[in-house]
Amino acid sequence: MIETRNIDFYYGSFHALKNVSIRIEPHTVTAFIGPSGCGKSTFLRLFNRMNDLIENTSLTGECIVDGENIYNKSVQVDDLRKKVGMVFQKPNPFPKSIFENVAYGLRVNDVRDKAFIRQRVEESLVSAALWDEVKDKLKKSAFELSGGQQQRLCIARALAVSPSILLMDEPASALDPISTSKIEELIHILKQEYTIVIVTHNMQQAARVSDRTGFFMLGELVEYSDTKKMFLNPEKAETQNYITGRFG
Amino acid sequence: MRKRIRKITEHLMQGLFTLSGGVTSLAIILIIIFLFKEGLGLFRSSEVEKAYVLAVNVSNPVGALDSRQIKEIFDYTYTNWSELGGADAEIIPFRFEDIFSIYDESELGNDYELLPEKLGEVIASEPNILAFLPELYVPKDNADLRILPLRNISPRSFFGGIEWMPTATPAAQFGVLPLIMGTLWVSFFAILIALPLGLGVAIYLSELADERMRKLLKPAIELLAGIPSVVYGFFGLVVLVPLIQRALNLPVGETALAGSLILAIMALPTIITIAEDAMRATPKAMREASLALGATHWQTIYKVIVPYASSGIMAAVVLGVGRAIGETMAVLMVTGNAAVMPRSMFESVRTIPATIAAELGEAPSGGTHYQSLFLLGCILFLITLVVSISAEVISKQPVNKGL
Repeated sequence: MIETRNIDFYYGSFHALKNVSIRIEPHTVTAFIGPSGCGKSTFLRLFNRMNDLIENTSLTGECIVDGENIYNKSVQVDDLRKKVGMVFQKPNPFPKSIFENVAYGLRVNDVRDKAFIRQRVEESLVSAALWDEVKDKLKKSAFELSGGQQQRLCIARALAVSPSILLMDEPASALDPISTSKIEELIHILKQEYTIVIVTHNMQQAARVSDRTGFFMLGELVEYSDTKKMFLNPEKAETQNYITGRFG
Repeated sequence: MRKRIRKITEHLMQGLFTLSGGVTSLAIILIIIFLFKEGLGLFRSSEVEKAYVLAVNVSNPVGALDSRQIKEIFDYTYTNWSELGGADAEIIPFRFEDIFSIYDESELGNDYELLPEKLGEVIASEPNILAFLPELYVPKDNADLRILPLRNISPRSFFGGIEWMPTATPAAQFGVLPLIMGTLWVSFFAILIALPLGLGVAIYLSELADERMRKLLKPAIELLAGIPSVVYGFFGLVVLVPLIQRALNLPVGETALAGSLILAIMALPTIITIAEDAMRATPKAMREASLALGATHWQTIYKVIVPYASSGIMAAVVLGVGRAIGETMAVLMVTGNAAVMPRSMFESVRTIPATIAAELGEAPSGGTHYQSLFLLGCILFLITLVVSISAEVISKQPVNKGL
């Protein structure tokens, strides 16, 4: 479960997130939508502290994952990131073999048991619906895969360390329609086991895959409700305008 | 009309640039041709000094001698003809000047016109003599005297020889092995010192240093590359050499170690700059992917960033080596320049560039010494060519490796 309370986030003096509070239930898919620069990706990257990599940022408020404020001093960032996996906008496999890509998270976790690694790699590739396509070429470079396959490889890589939460930052925006639909099907299946938070600028995608949707604008969470309700009967005028394509 | 002028100007400019490119390439090719032409002339030169011959008594059965044997005879290392396939008799080496200890100047005539005759007498009277004479004074029609056939300097004695004595008479020794080994020796240890250090600094600069530190350090390191090598040499001579001598309690501080240290310092800026650029070129997506999987910063550095940048790092190393191999002045000043096969880091060695710089001034133009120095230049050229080509090949390698 993820919960944020009164999050304010700044890039230097730029106020990127304004008093955002949200509750995300386990085993649901939550989509964040909104125009470019609205803060939805920034918000997503709070959950695994990816924003720490950017210099000169500041944060107030609480971000609670599994009952613990992850911005507490006592929290080990690398442990947090094992629990909160992430898939990025562009497929970013390592310049290693398919097998080693998936095994990477285990290896940095000091897993040495070869049989276990092999088993985990297979399970992860199966979960990411990629196993049948790559089982005969695990030793081949990940760069030999197509873009859609690479993205599913990245999902498998994230799953291998057994996270409980999966963050997806526009995971299909760089892919063709067929690959996109495969990723969406995958999200449906993964929902059984993982809590998924997805950022997308594609409203149809949000409508198709998510249970709940949050609409961001200018750093504010304008509306957050069940996806069906959001798309059929939004409360706020801005949401209505955005969904119907009047701006954004 | 204006369009026409512009077109003509453009054509003119194009021609000019093509020409300048052509001239440059031509100049480079000519330099290389000149280098090899001068250098390879060595193998068409006789193994003894120009315009001199070796003569023996006609009763001596020995055939041609090679330059090493000749040198050893005059060094009294070979003392018996039987060692060289002749009779069991002591070798009596005879230099042309020795005639003056046998005969008075007055006995040789006013213009030394009797000199050939007297030389003939000496050779005729001594069956075991090996005489080294100027061609000019070889006695004519002397049946007691035989001129030894002379060989040309062989590539084998050049590339395989272990003695570099280019001014020895009668037979100069051009064994380049000590020089090649000295060069590789000093460069190898320089890289051994510079590589871990350079890589460490590069990792620090690209991954660990904050922006302010980086902005301060990077230009400072790049500045190091601009210091003239003679200044490094001076520093080495005044600071490093006495330090090494005292610290290690050596008879002399001018050792291969001093050369390697100076070269390492000189190669560092190249290695650091290129390796750091390569590491910073690792896409942000790679770092993020690694960190998002729970890898620590350090794991990300050595499992993702260094492998990703490995071709750039290799190129940095090779270019650093290239700099080390070709470096002349600093090495000349601190290595002591003894042309012997290197055995340890704590002895003097001599490198190819240092040899050329030190000896070209005193080598008579066109002579074997001069030619041999050009051939050294060719060797150096080939070594650095190989180094640059490998740098080129390595840096063009696709990133997709380290599987």
